[in-house]
Amino acid sequence: MKRPMRFVGDVAQLPAYGHGHRSLTWWGTMGFVAIESMAFVLTIGIYLYLAGHTPEWPPHGNQPALTFGTTFLALIVLSIAPNVWLNRRARAENLSTVRLGLVVMSLVGLALLAIRVFEFPALGVSYKESAYGSVTVTLLGLHTTHLATDVMDTLVVTALMFTRHGRARRFVDVSDNAIYWNFVVVAWVPIYLVIYFGPRWL
Amino acid sequence: MSAVDDPWLDPAQAQARLARTWGSLPGWWGALATVDHKRIGRRYLVTAFTFFALGGMLALGMRMQLAQAGSTLVGPDLYRQLFTVHSTTMMFLFAVPVMQGIAIYTVPLMAGTRTLAFPRLSAFSYWVYLLGGAMLWLAFLVDAGPDTGWFSYTPLAESQFSPGKRVDIWAQMVTFTEVSALAVAVSLVTTIVKQRAPGMTLARMPLHLWATLITSLMVVFAMPAVMLATALLIMDRLVGTQFFAPSGGGDSLLWQHMFWFFGHPEVYIIFLPALGMVSTVVETFTRRRIFGYPVMVLALAMTALFAFGLWVHHMYATGLPRLGNTFFMGASMIIAIPSGVQIFCWLATLWQGRPRFATPLMYMLGFIVVFVLGGLTGVMLASVPLDLQLHDSFFVVAHFHYVLIGGAVFPLIGALYYWWPKLTGRMPGERAGQWSFWLLFIGFNVTFFPQHLLGLAGMPRRVYTYAQGLGWDGLNLLSTAGSIVIGMSVLVTAWNLLRSLRRGEHAPPNPWDAGTLEWATASPPPTWNFAHQPVATDAHPLWRERESLPCMSGLALDKRELLLTSGVEARPDVRETSPGPSIWPLATALAVAALFVGSIYTPWAVVIGALPVTVTLIGWFWPKSLREDE
Repeated sequence: MKRPMRFVGDVAQLPAYGHGHRSLTWWGTMGFVAIESMAFVLTIGIYLYLAGHTPEWPPHGNQPALTFGTTFLALIVLSIAPNVWLNRRARAENLSTVRLGLVVMSLVGLALLAIRVFEFPALGVSYKESAYGSVTVTLLGLHTTHLATDVMDTLVVTALMFTRHGRARRFVDVSDNAIYWNFVVVAWVPIYLVIYFGPRWL
Repeated sequence: MSAVDDPWLDPAQAQARLARTWGSLPGWWGALATVDHKRIGRRYLVTAFTFFALGGMLALGMRMQLAQAGSTLVGPDLYRQLFTVHSTTMMFLFAVPVMQGIAIYTVPLMAGTRTLAFPRLSAFSYWVYLLGGAMLWLAFLVDAGPDTGWFSYTPLAESQFSPGKRVDIWAQMVTFTEVSALAVAVSLVTTIVKQRAPGMTLARMPLHLWATLITSLMVVFAMPAVMLATALLIMDRLVGTQFFAPSGGGDSLLWQHMFWFFGHPEVYIIFLPALGMVSTVVETFTRRRIFGYPVMVLALAMTALFAFGLWVHHMYATGLPRLGNTFFMGASMIIAIPSGVQIFCWLATLWQGRPRFATPLMYMLGFIVVFVLGGLTGVMLASVPLDLQLHDSFFVVAHFHYVLIGGAVFPLIGALYYWWPKLTGRMPGERAGQWSFWLLFIGFNVTFFPQHLLGLAGMPRRVYTYAQGLGWDGLNLLSTAGSIVIGMSVLVTAWNLLRSLRRGEHAPPNPWDAGTLEWATASPPPTWNFAHQPVATDAHPLWRERESLPCMSGLALDKRELLLTSGVEARPDVRETSPGPSIWPLATALAVAALFVGSIYTPWAVVIGALPVTVTLIGWFWPKSLREDE
């Protein structure tokens, strides 16, 4: 037997979307941030484990050159400013400033990718040479995958906001993309320290 | 005509509009593009039970071989593939996906919402899971089945000792299933946190939802470890990195740490959803609220937390520092406490209630008996000195089948009988159900109890045969006889359920007089789940609201819309659009599969394969109409 229903309220007046933790995509993004943070933490764990099991670290004494990695660090940390601004503009649903912010963030992302190309050779070690080389290149590669993915995301969202779809819920997408960028930035700080100062301090 | 649900709307008219909005596309295209969580959930169940049957046949093959000493039925190479593909199938292609399949089907219904948070992501997960499973089994059929065991230890799994592609196929199958499981976990967490019916505060949330939430969080933190480990293994084998190769400064034990950091929580990832099912069935069939609800929730959370702190108990025999082992021994024993607390809470619930001993409850009672025995041998194995004696013996095989079959398969089959009327609209046969239970209970104990004794008598696991006169013959024969009885039980259940599809009684919305929201709608439910947004005034709204069910109006009828509620108090917050059918999840899954399979053979597959993955993801994301932006 189906029971009769009795109406105790109405939800028609509620907004059709919300920003931040009020939206589903925010929770989805946070879920993937948790998964990927775990991957970063574990890879750093592997680095420290291998360093602890190797008498001399790095095995051949070749330390990674600091120039490109540090430049990258400076630029990516500075990128938080336009990114936070973009997130605020997205929440205010101001299309013209959002477009501007997205173009700036796309250019910043591409510039960072360009620096990253020089970072790999600056490590001064091949992934085949030793476990040190393997884990160092993998750590940098893992971060690069995240960087490339988010730059691609940013380019797609930028293109989207220049079409007729640049409205309503799409501002939530911009905001979530900005949140993911913060994660890519924050993740780089410990990875930078491990890759460049692990060989110096351990 | 109103585009939103309102109390004065003609029910037939409202239903017609909901059917138009929430319906799948017709034909085979519709089948491939569907995002209906119930269809995806059913697919998960059918696929996972197919893998269960296949894995079970491999187990029967092993039991046939071991039935007598010196048997030549199966050679050593095939035997290695048998136990590897059996265990890999059961762990990665059956146990985890089947629990997620049940959750995909039941969670939105139990939470009182119209679909999952990310229906397309769930469709994608299913295709990835199916393709990964197919890859493993196709490889096995052409004699390229993995043969290094389900944990594939290095250095055995390094290319020096395992040339060919068998190990890579195993490792990439792991990647497929973990991508799938992670995506489902994110979708389930979001659904449970944001889409519970108004009024379903955390304190009123059914234990099945708690168990699913906690398990999904475990997936998020455990599965990256094995994905990373298998990726590094493939890199060692394919491009010559040195992670696990001692000659290049790598470390073989690193693999074991990585694997078991995932592998131990994995056991609880399989077992915790089952605990939710036990609580659900025990409540319904005793007609009583669970005894000690807050304690039950805490026990689930504590189990999940401790599960991350005992992986080293798989590695006592590797010569790690003694002091470290002692810590893990303590942790491994402590985890018995929250499990014990739950057992006592169920017993108290049964004691205070008026139990109806129908098939679902019988399976849960079987769980309590078998799982307690498995838990006791678990406490034995947690102890370092005893473990060093029993390590790699059949005692361990007996132990983990008691906890996994006892802890997961018994509750799962009980839950299948319980939710079958909801899934299909038909009642399963009760007599055949009771038969299936007793056959499984007896067959299981006859198969696996003797294996404890075999282990104590020194029989190692993973040997394809043994010599006569070691005193192992009789117990092995008994164990094989038991395995045939297990097979019969599975056949009885399969026959019973399939027969019910044609001849079973039609199921009313709530045949068991249960209290949770999935029983508030038709059996099987329409694609939109509920005609109106249900409201939960209690942990068991259907028990409290005998006269009429409270609900809310105002959700759109002409577009897929969900009500989002606040995370703790479940207060109505936002209406959000939910995506409709799309072929892009399947296209993306195929692109991802091409990348994964290609990268078994060449690292360039990752570079070249990234392009179709990117293109399909953009196709998936890009809005197809202006309405999607709203």
